Amino acid sequence: MTTQEVNQVPRNKINLEKKDYVGGVSTLCTGCGHDQITNHIVTAFYNLSINPHDVAKMSGIGCSSKTPGYFLSKAHGFNSMHGRMAPVSTGSKVANQHLIHIGVSGDGDSASIGFGGFAHLMRRNLPMTYIVANNGVYGLTKGQFSATADKGAKLKSGEQNPFENIDLCTMALDLGCTFIARSFSGDAKQLVPLLQAALKHKGTALIDVISPCVTFNNHDGSTKSFSYVKEHDISLQELGFIPATEAITVDYAEGTMEVVQLPDGSQLTLKKLNSREHNVHSRLDAAKLLYESKEKGELLTGLLYIDETRSNFSDTLNLCDKPLAHLTEKELRPSREAFSKVMKAFK
Amino acid sequence: MAFENGVKKGVFMNQMVNDFVLNIGTVNGSGSQSANTIILKSLFRMGIPVGGKNVFPSNIQGLPTWFWVRASSKGYTGRRKDADIVVAMNPQTLVEDHKVVKSGGVFIYNTDLKVENLKLRDDVTNYGVPFKTLVDQATTVAKIKKLLTNIVYVGVLAELLEIDDEVLQATLVDQFDGKESVVEPNRKAMGLGRQYVQENFKKSEFPIKVQKMDKTSQKMMIDGNTAGALGLVFGGASFAAWYPITPSSSLVENFMKYSAQLRKTEDGKNKFAVVQAEDEISSICMVLGAGWAGARSFTATSGPGLSLMQEAAGFAYYAEIPSVIWDVQRVGPSTGMPTRTAQGDIMLALHSSHGDTKHPVLLPGSPKECFEFGQAALDLADRLQTLVHVLSDLDIGMNLWMEDDFQYPDKPMDRGKILTEDQINQLNAQGKHYYRYMEVDGDGIPYRTLPGTRHAQAPYLTRGSGHGPKAQYTEKSDEYQDVVDRLVRKWETARTLVPKPEIIGQGKKIGVISYGSASAVMKESIDLLSAQKIEIDVLRIRSIPFNDDVKNFIHNHDRVYVFDLNRDGQMYDLIRLDYPDQWQKLKSIRHYDGTPVTAESIVEPVLRTEKGL
Repeated sequence: MTTQEVNQVPRNKINLEKKDYVGGVSTLCTGCGHDQITNHIVTAFYNLSINPHDVAKMSGIGCSSKTPGYFLSKAHGFNSMHGRMAPVSTGSKVANQHLIHIGVSGDGDSASIGFGGFAHLMRRNLPMTYIVANNGVYGLTKGQFSATADKGAKLKSGEQNPFENIDLCTMALDLGCTFIARSFSGDAKQLVPLLQAALKHKGTALIDVISPCVTFNNHDGSTKSFSYVKEHDISLQELGFIPATEAITVDYAEGTMEVVQLPDGSQLTLKKLNSREHNVHSRLDAAKLLYESKEKGELLTGLLYIDETRSNFSDTLNLCDKPLAHLTEKELRPSREAFSKVMKAFK
Repeated sequence: MAFENGVKKGVFMNQMVNDFVLNIGTVNGSGSQSANTIILKSLFRMGIPVGGKNVFPSNIQGLPTWFWVRASSKGYTGRRKDADIVVAMNPQTLVEDHKVVKSGGVFIYNTDLKVENLKLRDDVTNYGVPFKTLVDQATTVAKIKKLLTNIVYVGVLAELLEIDDEVLQATLVDQFDGKESVVEPNRKAMGLGRQYVQENFKKSEFPIKVQKMDKTSQKMMIDGNTAGALGLVFGGASFAAWYPITPSSSLVENFMKYSAQLRKTEDGKNKFAVVQAEDEISSICMVLGAGWAGARSFTATSGPGLSLMQEAAGFAYYAEIPSVIWDVQRVGPSTGMPTRTAQGDIMLALHSSHGDTKHPVLLPGSPKECFEFGQAALDLADRLQTLVHVLSDLDIGMNLWMEDDFQYPDKPMDRGKILTEDQINQLNAQGKHYYRYMEVDGDGIPYRTLPGTRHAQAPYLTRGSGHGPKAQYTEKSDEYQDVVDRLVRKWETARTLVPKPEIIGQGKKIGVISYGSASAVMKESIDLLSAQKIEIDVLRIRSIPFNDDVKNFIHNHDRVYVFDLNRDGQMYDLIRLDYPDQWQKLKSIRHYDGTPVTAESIVEPVLRTEKGL
């Protein structure tokens, strides 16, 4: 191979190729939305020039939770128990806050069995990217409704869902999550910048990704099928991501583009796509938007809410900069003098 | 009959010095804990061996609570059933409390209580004290009257028992952290108690006295939850996740307290983290996350919490993640009696979770061992890359025990087999490849890497699903078996590393095996049986899996009693399972009414069998 040929393979700022960010071969069904998400994750990490060794990939149980096996094979991963991605991630992130945490959970994993853990992770504002690959059904157990299935949606058998759905974005908003977005697995243009911004966000970034199940929930009557999503998807904004190192001024007409500053200096650009006014910094606006779109039966995608000012869980815990996991015996064990002092109280 | 202030003489026992049981019955939430601690600590500071047992309800205010003080010149500080002195401050239990006074003992009661149907016994001496009237003299502040009432009985007891006033005053000051505004009214109330005795009773007639001794100079008074927390702080735990549950909460609270004092960087940042989780499932999952990332991690809980942690316990076992569950056992099943003690979680802890799982279990027998097992549990978890259970109980965890002074832990922390980037490079240079679940040393323990290790061979995907030596997903029989069979070898390694049993005596025909809080009464049991011409050796199990000491002990005795604090004799069953050829020698004895163990609960059944009594 000549030098010239090597140079032809694109490389990012840390001299890695895109293939350095891939994982094992997916064993999900052909055409599964989750595999699209996997590809977008690979692109986002590649674009951000993150060293894959610095990443922790987290998941629970279910089709969604298999995906950490399919991206970033150079990163450690934790495919945990059903519904337990949130608490396991909490422990791991607190133990080593320098590790970039990305989790892929599912609607069963986060909205049912792990709903408690989901809620409390949001409250704590744990710094991590929390993706829900949301298809409205339990795939691995062959197609039962999940809690995010819309009321009135139909199973393959024709059975209708009689229950109100759990909207994870609405929940997250109420629980204090500081980055809330909804997207569609097939929308690379939207999801990649969202993922990049999420990975640079200071606290918890939730991305609820509608990710159709081609085997059990892609039929007429489903509200999570490819065709239904394509018909009902309304993008709030056209998104762009500008890394910190590329300090360029975006040229735009006033009032048409908003720039959201992320902690490391990178920027997320939001270009208005329709007449709808939405302030992504307002919790109240976001709530209104979510409730209105639900009433109208729309699938609103894009960045719904962002707050870069709130303290994250590392701040709350007042953690020292060195990861707890790396503290040495000397740093962990108090002195002999301190010991003697403590012991006096028991005499 | 009507309550009368003053003495109603009954039969007095012979004068006793430094040997008695004092039982104080109060209403919970009335602040009696401070008063009781002052009495206990004062005796201790006079050099007299003491033990304290707080018997309290699962309630915040208004229900009966008792505090038992055992003073013993011989050093028997465990619980004894009857009481030489009863102080009755609770109208709800006064009649019953009167019944537990040992014949010839003393009953001190609050004459201001309106209690009907109390017939004062003739075989005890009854001291009526108008506590309310006395407190009215001490303060006009209604809010603190209830609290001061208890301090009045401290004064009464101090005068009657002749507790050294200098010691008592100093203990009072320490109890209230030297805050003079608090100390002053308490000092006054205590003085009124003393004064009432001086004016109304002949204290020389009081049959029980205390005198200074020198048996506590190398000792300390501490509860197991505080001791365990200190053990974990000094043993290097940096992460804790928990869900509050009686009787384990004070362990984590103390861990927070001491970490905040002792684990700060120079710029005031925390070298520790404690997360109050949403439930026990999350607690243990957080611990697994932190353990996987490389922090020394633990959770503390009790029975119901342990039940919730089962799935994650199996994950920790199979994915081989260092982690510690500190279970302060209480009475089950179900909610059971949350403020009563038991050792009923042995079986559950040993086999936490479905499938073939087993976990090393440490069984501290005292607060001192809680301190020592803090580091031991973390070391074993790291060394064995597995979940380690520590099973304390409410008696050890929440009662003040007299213990030998703790020693500063000199032993280096064992972080186990962790490979760094450089070490993997060295392996590669030798032509070797690193794999997460590969047997290398023949001890069943593989090597692990921490997330963030920058080497191409370092990363692996941790999973609870079937995996082979290379950490890859598998459903292949041989790959699956390779891993689970290695875990059996690891179990055998654990057997050589866990704390060995403690053996007292040798060469007798009869042996007693016990564990946990029963240690408090073993010396007394040996002596009581010896007085009845029954000589025993004692083995105290300090961990599971058992080592050969247990086997040999059974082998070397004709008859071995296994003492459990649970209904089903769980340890007895485990021993039978491990040594099936010895089962005929084994006899199960059990104490499971929720109260701390007494020597009688061991001595009586042994005597029944040995003497046919």
